[in-house]
Amino acid sequence: MKFRYEVSGEDMSLAGKASGEVKRALGRLGVNPAAIKRTAVCMYEAEMNMAIHGGGGVAEAELSPDRIVVTMRDSGPGIPDLELAMQEGYSTAPEWIREMGFGAGMGLPNMKRNSDELRIDSAPGSGTTVTIMVRFDPNEGPGA
Amino acid sequence: MKVRDIVATLEGVLLTGEALLDVDIQAACGADLMSDVMAFVKENVVLLTGLVNPQSIRTADLMDIKVVVFVRGKVPPKDMVAEAERNGMAVVATKYSMFLACGRLYEAGIHGGGTREIR
Repeated sequence: MKFRYEVSGEDMSLAGKASGEVKRALGRLGVNPAAIKRTAVCMYEAEMNMAIHGGGGVAEAELSPDRIVVTMRDSGPGIPDLELAMQEGYSTAPEWIREMGFGAGMGLPNMKRNSDELRIDSAPGSGTTVTIMVRFDPNEGPGA
Repeated sequence: MKVRDIVATLEGVLLTGEALLDVDIQAACGADLMSDVMAFVKENVVLLTGLVNPQSIRTADLMDIKVVVFVRGKVPPKDMVAEAERNGMAVVATKYSMFLACGRLYEAGIHGGGTREIR
């Protein structure tokens, strides 16, 4: 099962909506709640990054029996130094993003902590694709 | 501590969430940085924040946080309250600062909140 959402790079008041919708959809499908929360955190951070830095893009979430794979694709400027970007506390976000409660350099570390696999494909000028995988035990759904 | 006691302790105004007044809350998180909320919150908490924008409601929703308190006399706009209502959350506004609001809740018996090792 696959979900697809457009993420705006212009209207920040919409940022985070796609993650909320995925969370609710996975909940309705009876997916393990801990896996839903981990997926939601990763996707929300990635969605904020995409809205702040990437100029918006496309978010896709695919549910399989034992995993959720979220792919976030933007056509923004790319990440010049990925190792630096992964450091907790490192941020290039402008001040007005901090006023929104983000931009503290916790996004990528949060994604890493909450995912089972995190892949970032990025190069200056060619956009960024973030792939997040969260595994779960299919026998541990709320109805199991 | 029940949500109604949180509202009373903070001399707060409940903006939405009548149905949650008897829900029991054992822990609290005071933060203006939403990434910190996502990094540290593990329990069923009340979120205290001075961040009045939709991200505070969305972050709380993602973390299954049912009660959000806006400190320092801040009142969220109607569309934010409506979003919280749609998500089945309670929203409270208090005149107290973050420090005083957290202190009052701690004194009133909410001691949970978690720690993280210094690295």
